[in-house]
Amino acid sequence: MIVGITSESSSTESRVAATPQTVKRLLKQGFEVLIQSKAGERANFSDLQFQNAGAQIVDQAKEVFGKADIILKVNEPTLEEIEMIPSGTVLLCMLKPAQNQDILQKLAEKNISCLSMDTIPRISRAQKMDVLSSMANVAGYRAVIEAAFYFGRFLNGQITAAGKVEPAKVLVIGAGVAGLAAIGAANSLGAIVRAFDTRKEVAEQIQSMGAQFLTIDINEDGATESGYSKEMSEEFIAAEMALFKAQAEEVDIIITTAQIPGREAPKLILDSHVAVMKPGSVIVDLASSSGGNCTLTKDGEIFKTENGVTIIGKLNQLPAQSSQLYGTNLCHMLDDMGKAEHFTIDMNDVVVSRAMVTHAGKVNWPPKSLPVSSAKPQISNSNQEKPQALIKNKQTTSGLSVFVKLGFIGLLLFGLGKVAPAEFMQHFTVFVLAVFIGWQVIWNVSHSLHTPLMAVTNAISGIIVLGGLLQTKDTLSLGGALACIAIFFACINIVGGFFVTQRMLKMFKK
Amino acid sequence: MMSSGIQTAAYVFASILFILSLGGLSSIESSKRAVLYGILGMIVAVAATFFGENIEGHIYIILAILSASFIGIVLAQRVKMESMPQLVAILHSFVGLAAVLVGIGSYVESGIEVATATEKTIHLTEVFIGVFIGAITFTGSIVAWGKLEGKISSKALLFRGRHLLNIFLLITCIVLGVLYVSAAHNLGLNYLLIMTLIAGLIGYFLVMAIGGADMPVVVSMLNSYSGWAASSAGFMLGNDLLIITGALVGSSGAILSIIMCKAMNRSFVSVILGGFATVSSSTGTAAAIEGEITSWNHEEVAQALKEAKTIVIVPGYGMAVAKAQYPIYEMVKVLQKNGKSVRFAIHPVAGRLPGHMNVLLAEANVPYDIVMEMDEINDDMPNTDVVMVIGANDIVNPGAEDDPTSPIYGMPVIKAWKAEQVVIMKRSMSAGYAGVENPLFYKPNAQMLYGDAKESVDKILGFIR
Repeated sequence: MIVGITSESSSTESRVAATPQTVKRLLKQGFEVLIQSKAGERANFSDLQFQNAGAQIVDQAKEVFGKADIILKVNEPTLEEIEMIPSGTVLLCMLKPAQNQDILQKLAEKNISCLSMDTIPRISRAQKMDVLSSMANVAGYRAVIEAAFYFGRFLNGQITAAGKVEPAKVLVIGAGVAGLAAIGAANSLGAIVRAFDTRKEVAEQIQSMGAQFLTIDINEDGATESGYSKEMSEEFIAAEMALFKAQAEEVDIIITTAQIPGREAPKLILDSHVAVMKPGSVIVDLASSSGGNCTLTKDGEIFKTENGVTIIGKLNQLPAQSSQLYGTNLCHMLDDMGKAEHFTIDMNDVVVSRAMVTHAGKVNWPPKSLPVSSAKPQISNSNQEKPQALIKNKQTTSGLSVFVKLGFIGLLLFGLGKVAPAEFMQHFTVFVLAVFIGWQVIWNVSHSLHTPLMAVTNAISGIIVLGGLLQTKDTLSLGGALACIAIFFACINIVGGFFVTQRMLKMFKK
Repeated sequence: MMSSGIQTAAYVFASILFILSLGGLSSIESSKRAVLYGILGMIVAVAATFFGENIEGHIYIILAILSASFIGIVLAQRVKMESMPQLVAILHSFVGLAAVLVGIGSYVESGIEVATATEKTIHLTEVFIGVFIGAITFTGSIVAWGKLEGKISSKALLFRGRHLLNIFLLITCIVLGVLYVSAAHNLGLNYLLIMTLIAGLIGYFLVMAIGGADMPVVVSMLNSYSGWAASSAGFMLGNDLLIITGALVGSSGAILSIIMCKAMNRSFVSVILGGFATVSSSTGTAAAIEGEITSWNHEEVAQALKEAKTIVIVPGYGMAVAKAQYPIYEMVKVLQKNGKSVRFAIHPVAGRLPGHMNVLLAEANVPYDIVMEMDEINDDMPNTDVVMVIGANDIVNPGAEDDPTSPIYGMPVIKAWKAEQVVIMKRSMSAGYAGVENPLFYKPNAQMLYGDAKESVDKILGFIR
């Protein structure tokens, strides 16, 4: 089977659907690889590199489209390109089916099976081919780098001979993959990072990346079954706006990543927020292509507002890196579909059936909804309640039973005192008090010293030697002999126990 | 000759020293003094008794003490730190044996000189109970020693009707006790001896039924018994120092047992009555585990360690078996030199003895301020890059937290799975002592490294140097 890769026709696209590394991988999977000359040029991969990796270089896109059984692309094909693709070919690209209905129709008409990589369901099994995650990862990282470039100051705090440098404060809105990547990048550059998200479940992830989680005191969770967040109530949005305004006055860099699938991005940073920001501050809007989270964002542009805030609506794609990640995602996808030898389109497979937006002459979009978030199992709730109820029961009974127990103990002691001779009761008093002292003292013993504690108590329990001492006789009687043997064993215990404890404790060093 | 007044004073002094000794173990700094207190207390006690009134056979006593001391020193010097549990167990059996001998000796010698009938009954009962506890401690400790040493299978010996058998044996003992108290002197001795044998059997069955993982509880329980045995000897001889010291040791062992049980989330009764096997068979199958087990080779582990900033090592019994503590500390030193934070996380029941891991690490000169308790370090797990689990299994089982059907559900565990990456060093894919599957091995961030812990660490050390 032949896999074909063309160069991207859009002038703003610098990525390519394969890199020399992924070509090697495709060959290993049993495919032949055909690549258009200069396809990787803008991502800094030369034809020679591709050739060395084992790909065959051809001059014209037409040739690639004509010969290949499977075509790998980054963006959706243009209408002219579709003309060149023969019927029955499989196409893997990021089609954005919601925005490209006409292309969808056209592909279906020509009976081209198109697998749209950006509609792969976000379930655990499909993570290795989730291009949205891998592209978002690049975007989040790049957002910080871009912001740092325009910011004009250090991100980390320093104390130098030339004075003290305050660390930059970065606010990240939306803690999806891009947001988390941005938090990680900003954090590792030394900035103070704060992050906001309507989904409460991501608080832990935010903190784990080294940012402070900002919250609003309204109990509303934005998490939905799809893993994206939903639109929130008015009251919530009002509180959110107040929070952003307060933050806008304080922070130096804002990175917004909030997107709702199939809709315009929510407006989170308003004109009034930008107005209160310090001159020199930077806003990076990763949602610029879907309308922007900031009201002032211009898609594809970087500009400075009147009060000196740089708003970035265009990001370098880090083409080499993102091509590598995207190419690997594609390799995983082909791997999952049976490699070259057993390549099949299995419409019963949940990943393939949802991503295969056109197949067998039909449009297969939009697919049925599928819950994918890391929803906690419902069962756990009912299970957690049970032990709690049990504990409550226990507590109430224990309150009562203390009196019963004390009464019982009192009665026992009374009975004992009645029959036992005075001498016994004296010993008994000593015994009970000793047990109590032991009880108090031992609880304080440190965990790490439990073994030495056992060795010491073991040695001390050799005190039974006194029993032997009291019973030895000058003449060799049976009792005297027994006592002597008892002394012998008890002494091994005493000496061995103390000695070994000493040995152990000597080893404990700071 | 010492007057009885001075002797009592000496006893009080010795008691105080013993209490100080146990109290001193609350911290490592004061623990060295603690042993000195204990030794001093013992010397005072023995001397006060030795020079007291009515003591005969001094020459025999000296002979016995000297020969025993020699054996004790040799024993203590020879023992390897990995074998501490065995030593402690066998020493417990000596106390039990001594208690039995003292009890029988006291019965043989005392004759019928005591005044009233009640006094006589009480004295006889004291002897009886002392011998009973002593015998259980004796055989129980020997079985525990055998299991720890590997001479007896560490699996729990469970057979139908063993509870019934134990109850039957116990009742027989009580019946014998009643017969013995009311019997004439010679006949009574027979009853006493038969009872000793039966009590020994009870001790045998009791410990045979307990599995290897529960050994920390058993050893501390036997520790407790040896204390009570000493205490009851004190009652029969009317010696307060014996009573006090026995009670101290008894309650110490009891507390240790409770701590160990809590650490395993099991009731004391269920540990004593038999191993995990009963529990797991009754709860049926645990929740199915999803995912695959993946493994790494030594080089990959070394690579992960090189890239990590914070590392936590969780040792278990497997480290003790392989004697891996020395190469582990070598590895830790190399990692620390490269600017990494390395700490140890110790679960309360790791190993076969309370505090077993601490002693082993101390033996390898690991400074104790990087050795953390489970509770101290669990919250740091999410910020940890690599967790190395060395020869431990149940104590890092996530099933204890999130799988209500797991037999160890509810037991506090070290949350290794929260770390970025977990490497589990293990000899084979078998289940832990509790016989429970470990879902940790199936987690995507967990990697297995098969092989002997010591050899593996040596190899990793080669790569990171």
